[in-house]
Amino acid sequence: MNRGAPPDPWHRLRALTAARIAIGRAGGSLPTREMLSFSLDHARARDAVHQALDRAALQEALRERGLRGLSVHSAAADRAEFLRRPDLGRRLTADSRARLQAAGEDTGYDLALVLADGLSAIAVQRHALALLDALLPPLSDWRLAPIVIAEQARVALGDDIGAALGARQVVMLIGERPGLSSPDSLGLYLTHEPRPGRSDADRNCLSNVRPEGLAPAAAARRLDHLIRGARALGASGIALKDDFSEDGPALA
Amino acid sequence: MGFRHDVGQRRYRFDDLRCLLAKASPPRSGDLLAGVAAQSEEERVAARWALAELPLAHFLDEAIVPYEEDEVTRLIIDHHDAAAFAEIAHLTVGEFREWLLADDTDGARLAAIADGLTPEMAAAVSKLMRNQDLVLAASKRRVVTRFRNTLGLAGRLAVRLQPNHPTDDVRGVAAAILDGLMYGCGDAVIGINPAGDGLAAIVDLLHLTDEIRTRFDIPTQTCVLTHVTNTLRAIEAGAPVDLVFQSIGGTEATNRSFGVDLAILAEAQAAALALGRGSVGDNLMYFETGQGSALSADAHHGADQQTLEARAYGMARRFDPLLVNTVVGFIGPEYLYDGREITRAGLEDHFCGKLLGLPMGCDVCYTNHAEADQNDMDNLLTLLAAAGVNFVMGVPGADDIMLNYQSTSFHDALYLRRLFGLDRAPEFDDWLERIGITDAGGRLLPPTPSHPLLGMADALERAP
Repeated sequence: MNRGAPPDPWHRLRALTAARIAIGRAGGSLPTREMLSFSLDHARARDAVHQALDRAALQEALRERGLRGLSVHSAAADRAEFLRRPDLGRRLTADSRARLQAAGEDTGYDLALVLADGLSAIAVQRHALALLDALLPPLSDWRLAPIVIAEQARVALGDDIGAALGARQVVMLIGERPGLSSPDSLGLYLTHEPRPGRSDADRNCLSNVRPEGLAPAAAARRLDHLIRGARALGASGIALKDDFSEDGPALA
Repeated sequence: MGFRHDVGQRRYRFDDLRCLLAKASPPRSGDLLAGVAAQSEEERVAARWALAELPLAHFLDEAIVPYEEDEVTRLIIDHHDAAAFAEIAHLTVGEFREWLLADDTDGARLAAIADGLTPEMAAAVSKLMRNQDLVLAASKRRVVTRFRNTLGLAGRLAVRLQPNHPTDDVRGVAAAILDGLMYGCGDAVIGINPAGDGLAAIVDLLHLTDEIRTRFDIPTQTCVLTHVTNTLRAIEAGAPVDLVFQSIGGTEATNRSFGVDLAILAEAQAAALALGRGSVGDNLMYFETGQGSALSADAHHGADQQTLEARAYGMARRFDPLLVNTVVGFIGPEYLYDGREITRAGLEDHFCGKLLGLPMGCDVCYTNHAEADQNDMDNLLTLLAAAGVNFVMGVPGADDIMLNYQSTSFHDALYLRRLFGLDRAPEFDDWLERIGITDAGGRLLPPTPSHPLLGMADALERAP
């Protein structure tokens, strides 16, 4: 749209911030182009919240990589219930829990990875596999549980999943609450010795994983550092400091 | 003691005041989540009938959260002013609603009873009021506060300029401040939510905002909205602290989850007062609240979220705040599900806060997983302006790129000024005219190329 209210004279300051500054005005109101641009961003964020996880596509992508996938569902029946009842999104259905228990092994697993829809299924759909591709090769000597695909999942569902599988660590790769400019941001939550009743203080988090934020490959390196640190420490959460440096370990 | 109400053949019983208030509350997802909401619409109205017949004096005999367990309850009870209560002591809750709406109940009469009201009384009567009642009753009451300007006068609306940046980049923050000032915003406060809680970054932001304020001689106050203990450290470090910010809730346990209690708030208030930075007044506390925080902290004691929110106001008023802001839609749909619940909560919070004597503002806002959009925000914003809200937020384009939610914009404030003829704080309006941002009528002027703020823009752009 070439015509319409012009931006304000200080519009060059937009190089300094992603905030919607110097957008101009019609009287005191928004120019049409700004109103529509905002509407488009909100529409994308809303779609991200409500779009269902494409389980089949994720299963297929895991198969191509020679990885076994297991689908589970939280106790929240659908998106509407998921949004109103965060408590239900934190626990498995009885059927899902039984299937995970059946997949457990006597020796236990070192690590369970969960691809979870959270508040943005497209975040998982777009970025989780790239993260796995970067994360898994250096962990080839770790006993890895089947990759879990979880629907209507909150972060703490990982506690139930990890306990049912008998895994020593669980990492949730979960869609974060979409922002207007970031509908597909992935969050990574590490919990050592997962079991129901763990709190946020027991977890370590890497946020804003997407190409425009913390790129998946870089996130995988930081996550690798965290899970090795948690294994060495025997704990995750506030006791485990995220002191990762791309230049190698900092001198103590 | 219990309460009851008969509807036809059916008798509804309510175990105690806490239960009665919860069941009488207009529907919202947080009360359902807590398991305290009415089980049916009929039960909700039965609870309202029972509540309407309850004498206000009863609220002085039955606490929602036990006196022995909770310092907020103790603060409320110990500061109750029996002389101020005398005027309304004979009323039931239903009669109190009518007293509030009566033609001869004006702002002066409302001010006179404020210290005789407990937060639970304010919450109770709000549950019997329709949205229009909440707007009308609140519109009678002006609460005026002062630090470097005068906020809350009739016919005025102030704006908090909220120039947040995801990495606290000082040039990015400065660009958003300039944008807001050029749109005539910032009289309530120039207030930044920092992305981190590191002291160095907080002190940098305090210096940045103070330098802009002093360079252009802006009659307003600045604030970095960080934990009260960080603000105390910033004061000790000699940083220019105007206001003390803190999020608070309606129970001692909620406040503990925020890492605060009454003593630390009093300590911070005293430390900021000792700086003597206010020019026209000494109101320097800035509180933020929001329904659902107590449940979120597992500290709700079985009470409904709106009653607990009113208790946070009962606590806030003991600190003579400059600003109290209910961040109504930030918490998410598990507490306020959609535009209708957010709207209702915003009107309740504003009404209860004003009734208790607070300078209420509202962050009219929503997250992307709530069933709400800009139209819902337009509606609530318009209703609050009609109700005489002290201030609203000003975020560039309504899009907070750090907190990832949608609030209200500089443009939204201009809309309200045009529609309702609302001016800014008088000292700030004078400054805007003096510096050439507005004309004598308060309308924005096209900036001249030599405008001093555009000079700041050039300098920002050139800075390394």
